[in-house]
Amino acid sequence: MSGKEFSGAEIVINSLIDLGVEVIFGYPGGAVLPIYDALYQQDKIRHILVRHEQAAVHAAEGYARSTGKVGVVLVTSGPGATNAVTGLTDAMLDSIPVICLTGQVPVHLIGSDAFQEADTVGITRHCTKHNYLVRDIDKLSRTLHEAFYVATNGRPGPVVVDIPKDIQIFTSANIHSGAIKHRSYRPEVKGDINAITEAVKIMAGAERPVFYTGGGVINSGPAAAQLLRELVQLTGAPITSTLMGLGAYPATDRQFLGMLGMHGTYEANNAMHDCDVMICVGARFDDRVTGRLDAFSPGSKKIHIDIDRSSINKTVQVDVPIVGDVAHVLEDMLKIWKATILEQGHKSCDDWWATIEKWRARDCLNYQQQDDVIMPQYAVERLQALTAGKDVYFTTEVGQHQMWAAQYLKFDRPNRWMTSGGLGTMGYGFPAAIGVQIAHPEALVIDVAGEASIQMNIQELGTAVQYGLPVKIFIMNNEYMGMVRQWQQLNHGGRYSQSLSCNLPDFTELAKAYGGHGIVVDKPADLDDAIQQMIDRDGVVIVDCRVAKLANCLPMVPGGAAHNEMILPEEKDISGNNEGAALV
Amino acid sequence: MHHTHKEIELSTRHTLSVIVDNEAGVLARVIGLFSGRGYNIEHLTVAPVDLEGTESRITIVTIGTPQVIEQIKAQLDRLVPVHNVGDLTESGPHVERELALIKVHCQNDQQQSALRIAEAFRAKIVDSSPESYIFEVTGKTDKIKAFIKLMENMGLVEAVRTGVAALTRGASAL
Repeated sequence: MSGKEFSGAEIVINSLIDLGVEVIFGYPGGAVLPIYDALYQQDKIRHILVRHEQAAVHAAEGYARSTGKVGVVLVTSGPGATNAVTGLTDAMLDSIPVICLTGQVPVHLIGSDAFQEADTVGITRHCTKHNYLVRDIDKLSRTLHEAFYVATNGRPGPVVVDIPKDIQIFTSANIHSGAIKHRSYRPEVKGDINAITEAVKIMAGAERPVFYTGGGVINSGPAAAQLLRELVQLTGAPITSTLMGLGAYPATDRQFLGMLGMHGTYEANNAMHDCDVMICVGARFDDRVTGRLDAFSPGSKKIHIDIDRSSINKTVQVDVPIVGDVAHVLEDMLKIWKATILEQGHKSCDDWWATIEKWRARDCLNYQQQDDVIMPQYAVERLQALTAGKDVYFTTEVGQHQMWAAQYLKFDRPNRWMTSGGLGTMGYGFPAAIGVQIAHPEALVIDVAGEASIQMNIQELGTAVQYGLPVKIFIMNNEYMGMVRQWQQLNHGGRYSQSLSCNLPDFTELAKAYGGHGIVVDKPADLDDAIQQMIDRDGVVIVDCRVAKLANCLPMVPGGAAHNEMILPEEKDISGNNEGAALV
Repeated sequence: MHHTHKEIELSTRHTLSVIVDNEAGVLARVIGLFSGRGYNIEHLTVAPVDLEGTESRITIVTIGTPQVIEQIKAQLDRLVPVHNVGDLTESGPHVERELALIKVHCQNDQQQSALRIAEAFRAKIVDSSPESYIFEVTGKTDKIKAFIKLMENMGLVEAVRTGVAALTRGASAL
């Protein structure tokens, strides 16, 4: 606490180094110039200059999700901070640990409507896990350490630290070191052992159990995914995953039923509806998952493991709530299962599996193959086939292509799949892929995109090319905002209001203009070759894959329907009544 | 927030006590949580309660179904500067008090009636002029409301209430 004085800017950089930060995604501006100056004079932290602050946050999210580390963002005051808001909200809804440092006007100008002043802590209060305005240079170091503590402990999330420009210049000898002992925020990681014991008893007596797992397993770390695998295999129960949880359990395993929810598989949703015991692990009964709430899994006893107490009983009432970190709770569950159930055995699920195999036999992801036009499902299937076994990471934008990717890609490991689940942010995938590629320079990183979504952060082609990041952008181009169009067909009489992607750029020329490479493909026969070229070619590649324009993403649980009221692919006419029109 | 008839029927009034770090913006976080998630605030009081002024106690009176009340408590509890959330309504007997200042503008005989009512309610006169009084009254919310209602006929000019402050009975603390 004594000795050498450092400027606020130096304290920022030194603290980040101290906290193990290797990369910052950012964009300079007036109110962060001192920090950028300090950044210039060191070589431990790499700075990635994005082209828009929203992309900086998504890149940090991709970095965080693919590594389990914290993603760090540095932006200026005012527009720098407001541009970051979408990314912060995205990280909030998907529980991604991100630290966003924002410049602020000098303390004495705060509140005066100064140039590039915005009430950043006010604006971001609702879209961050926590935020700070540092008004005292002596508290800067401690605040930065606390921000990391808050972002990573409990349910992870984004934290903003707003640093006025004069604070960046003032000096202080107050340097925090060591772990944070927080005054009020100390989340429990161990679950209540009585509740866990009860849960194991219920699980062992289940005739029709199902595991329903989510992003919490991935956030809990690789050990959680390993423990989940062990527990699921010991119980012999089927397992389904949310969009966010894909990869936590190997998709190629027989016990895995595929994704559940609005575009989940027939077998997963029926298993959820008909189960007698549901074990929800690190998922939150999101409306995309539950469908109509009063018809959600009506006959089941529900066990819910979550680190965030507010996720429990929020929309669905459960029988055995367990507040704790997934890995810790699963470890205890396994111990108890091994000590009490393993020898005496548990109820057989054979009849249950026979039922599930019948649902599986419906082959709900089947689609009509075409000779002359590339079906979007086929495109993803080929992406999967040609990248299988490679060191590959996938990101997506938002819409039909995202759901097809979730349905047809097979993730056997966690941290390989980055998608915007909670917020549904078009424009997420490409900058996220940049963040992934920074963390894994040798890996194959593919953004599965739509022609509409990709245009929301297309400017990041500049970033990718500048840093030699060989990110692959696979655009499934159907010339529609496909999911909007599908809903208009379903709920609005086929009136395709504003959902046509008009005046599209030539994506191959666009790639070239930024120094990348472009490939167009529109025949099924040429698809494999195009994908292989994309994989083999160094540098940024855009594939403009022209797919069937009016294909619908099925199966689908339409808004306001129950899990056992799915629209399956063989049902040609999906236009429904208007009951679902008011729902999102 | 949209309320169905059933929700209104099942809704009950809860008095919550929230101990928070007395840092900038903490009240905005609590209020923002209520407005952002569509919860009701009937009363809200807040002030530092320790000598150093590092902790504040927020008392919130809210109305909701059991599920909503549980959710409110869980949401409050996960706010970073929140130390503790107590539900006084659930935890048993507790004392609730409000203070109100009520200004009345009244003539001779109304004056006498107003003073008689004030006495019955143990209200104190804290300001007087030839034509007006300010009464200070403390008590449960019902008593305050009843007093203000009676004063409406006595030339009520304006009233201000502090909102509810509450503690559990007995030796235990939150």
